[in-house]
Amino acid sequence: MKKIVFAAMIALAPLSAQTVAIRNATILTVTKGTIKGDILIRDGKIAEVGEKVLIPGDAAIIDATGQYVIPGLIDCHSHIAVDGGVNEGSISDSSITNIKDVIDPEDIAIYRALAGGVTTAHILHGSANSVGGQTITLKMRWGKDAQGLIFEGAAPGLKFALGENPKRSGNPTGRTATGAAPAARYPATRMGVEDVIRESFTEAKAYQAEWSEYRAKVARGESPIPPRRDLRLDPLVEILEGTRMVHCHGYRADELLMMLHVSEDFGFKISVFVHGLEGYKIAKEIAARGAGVTTFSDWWAYKVEAMDAIPYNAAILQKAGVLVSLNSDDAELMRHLNIEAAKVMKYGGLSESEALAMVTINPAKQLRIDRRVGSIEAGKDADLAIYDKYPLSASAKTVKVLIDGTVYFDREKALSEAAAKQTERQRLIEKEKQNQQQNRQQPARRPSA
Amino acid sequence: MNKLTTALLLFCACAAAQTHTAVAIRNAKIVPVGGPVLSKGTVVIRDGLIVDVGENVQAPPDAAVVEGEGMTVYPGLIDALSTWGIPGAAAAAAGGRGATAGRGATPATPAPAPAAPAAATTPSRGPEDRPQTTSWLNAADELSPTDPRIATARAAGFTSAVVFPTRGIFAGQGAIIDLLSAERPGAMVVAQGAGQYISLTAGGRGGGGGGGGGFPGSLMGEIAYVRQVYLDAQHYALVKEAYARSPRGMARPEYDRALEGVLESKRILLPAGRLVEIDRMLRFAAELKQPAILYGVREGYRPEAVDLLKKAGAPVLVSMHWPEPPRDPDPELVESLRTLQTRDQAASAPALLRKAGVPFALYSDGLDQARDLQRAVKKAIDAGLSRDDAIRALTLSPAEIYGVADRLGSIEKGKIGNLVVTRGDLFDDRTKVEMVFVDGVKYIPPPETPPAGGGRGQTAETPGGVR
Repeated sequence: MKKIVFAAMIALAPLSAQTVAIRNATILTVTKGTIKGDILIRDGKIAEVGEKVLIPGDAAIIDATGQYVIPGLIDCHSHIAVDGGVNEGSISDSSITNIKDVIDPEDIAIYRALAGGVTTAHILHGSANSVGGQTITLKMRWGKDAQGLIFEGAAPGLKFALGENPKRSGNPTGRTATGAAPAARYPATRMGVEDVIRESFTEAKAYQAEWSEYRAKVARGESPIPPRRDLRLDPLVEILEGTRMVHCHGYRADELLMMLHVSEDFGFKISVFVHGLEGYKIAKEIAARGAGVTTFSDWWAYKVEAMDAIPYNAAILQKAGVLVSLNSDDAELMRHLNIEAAKVMKYGGLSESEALAMVTINPAKQLRIDRRVGSIEAGKDADLAIYDKYPLSASAKTVKVLIDGTVYFDREKALSEAAAKQTERQRLIEKEKQNQQQNRQQPARRPSA
Repeated sequence: MNKLTTALLLFCACAAAQTHTAVAIRNAKIVPVGGPVLSKGTVVIRDGLIVDVGENVQAPPDAAVVEGEGMTVYPGLIDALSTWGIPGAAAAAAGGRGATAGRGATPATPAPAPAAPAAATTPSRGPEDRPQTTSWLNAADELSPTDPRIATARAAGFTSAVVFPTRGIFAGQGAIIDLLSAERPGAMVVAQGAGQYISLTAGGRGGGGGGGGGFPGSLMGEIAYVRQVYLDAQHYALVKEAYARSPRGMARPEYDRALEGVLESKRILLPAGRLVEIDRMLRFAAELKQPAILYGVREGYRPEAVDLLKKAGAPVLVSMHWPEPPRDPDPELVESLRTLQTRDQAASAPALLRKAGVPFALYSDGLDQARDLQRAVKKAIDAGLSRDDAIRALTLSPAEIYGVADRLGSIEKGKIGNLVVTRGDLFDDRTKVEMVFVDGVKYIPPPETPPAGGGRGQTAETPGGVR
């Protein structure tokens, strides 16, 4: 009996240990240089990082001799783990929708991203609307329920989109199943896109004023009927009040500038331009407004507005003082963000730390979670990716990935469990076949319907 | 004497149907549900109600007597979520139905032939247009006693159903009905206000909202819409109340039938098939502060789902349309382990829910042939549900969930005279439903189950006379 309990404790150890130590690793901290040494994790937080760390006797040890540890990768722009569509494309302003409502914690893409070293991802509404839906930042805690994935305390965002995607819905081509041309949706031009955004913020200001007036009346001791809550305008008011981030999809320099003007007119800040492939043309202007850019290393030319792109974009923006991150926008690309970072060392000559920062601390800053994650420092969440080789190499693979000090991905364990899963699959398939055969052998009692 | 009465009744069958209404089933095994089984007893029905049941009960002299030797009497089965009696309505199911009709479509109207031109409706531009909402519809107003599925369902032992309009996001309000061949649909209604049927099907269509379909076109759009409607309803009630108090000098609130329908509904039915959806919908119901019943519950077999439901204390309706392997699948199809597990274990959900003490009932979900229904229940029994619990999940449990256990769901004095009389155990392969009583009226299933598609079903007869 004692043996069983002991065995159970060992089995549970990596999950429940309060103290974990990663030993003898090459640690790329991103913000504090590279250290050959140990990381001590206590209660899910990094307690100590250094060449010689005193490891308590009760700590679970992860021997990382010859291996590399980097902060868990952060993807500023992803669409995984969403149920029932990432676009509410029917309307020009879909800010009533919230990704938080439709988190799918069983999307296998979460596990795959995790296996690629990603520990945090910002999940956005699609780009079909000038004003899009509300976003959510998740940790890739595979196995937890929807609430368990949410990066607690992370600022919420709202998606905006410029250019071809939001205006394409206004010019539908083709026909529906019934033969009728689908009804066009405003806007159909770039002018219209700007108009929708301005219109929404104008409404939001009026709505904000209505609520202020109501609150003032209540404060005076009156008992007025409260205004109608408008779930579409609430997030826009939060943007005006600075509590919600603006993540604005856009490619062309002219429309990125347009959005900067709109933000100045209404007095809000743009957290991040998403894509920004032509950002290099207006790097100074973007830097002056304090907006960030999250872009691709070398992915472009998939549509007209994505033609005038160069692989030096990230480096040029960075050198101009813009906070830059590299994102995936794609479940497959998400699995090798470390390689995306490596590319900016080749194109643009950024340093190893600068490159890694683009998939760790920079997106953390853009998502306002840099006090918690993005680098390996004492006090931060123990979100770590352990690689077998130099992580900016194309041949590097993750060995283990930790979130809050807990191992959520363990390559060895995953490989050893694969066979059992395959056997279970085969068993179920065989069982089903047998059942079907039995049913066929039973003569039907009545003519089949 | 008896013969004479029968002869007389045959002559004036119509009149007799209304006046001569006592039946006694004697010397039968009686499974009252919610009480001990009587190995040999008598049930007396008069004027549509159960007036007596027991081992030492005598058949009244004026009653038509059914010799129950070798037969078993159960309470009539209740389909906990159904569209029987509402022809043209889609089967109530957790997702996976066809595209929902647009705004203003009425569930009572059968779907038009494909050739018919689609109504030129403007796509909805937002929640203000109250898209896919017919919350004011009442199933009791949409009944048609001539729906052939009523007779088919009776042949399977069903005497009642909780029926809902099922098209749209807020489809409308349910009613509990008796499956009888009435002249007027009103006679079928046992109770109204069974709740508001909510369906969220955009996820099944892949979402996106392109193609000019109007708002909402995604699951998140649908959820946001439902949330906005409840906020609007709350505000609407507030403004209406203030206006009723002192209309002088106050702008008149605009009448909104969608919100009226929502405010009228005392509970909501929410679709939840997967574990993720069960979690999501339990949270959503709590956020909306609405008493809720979850339906579908395909992954109710998963221990996490059972735990969640137990903690929430919300009743669930489990679809008996157990998942089946695809017909003629793509030979390259690789199904996920979860899909395979769900097909293997879905039918064990009732047994697990029962063990955990979660209130649940079973529902037909599109099945209406006696044999299919029987098989579906059998599958749950084979997966660990006791026979008694299976019967309860189709009788007293749905009655309790909908708050009508004072009149339906068991064989008790004073309850409605809905009974199934079988030879053999209900849900056994070879068991035959000998007769069914609905509101005290006897129906005898035809010797063979009619082929699918209905047609002429059973013959209905009153005690002692054929109608």
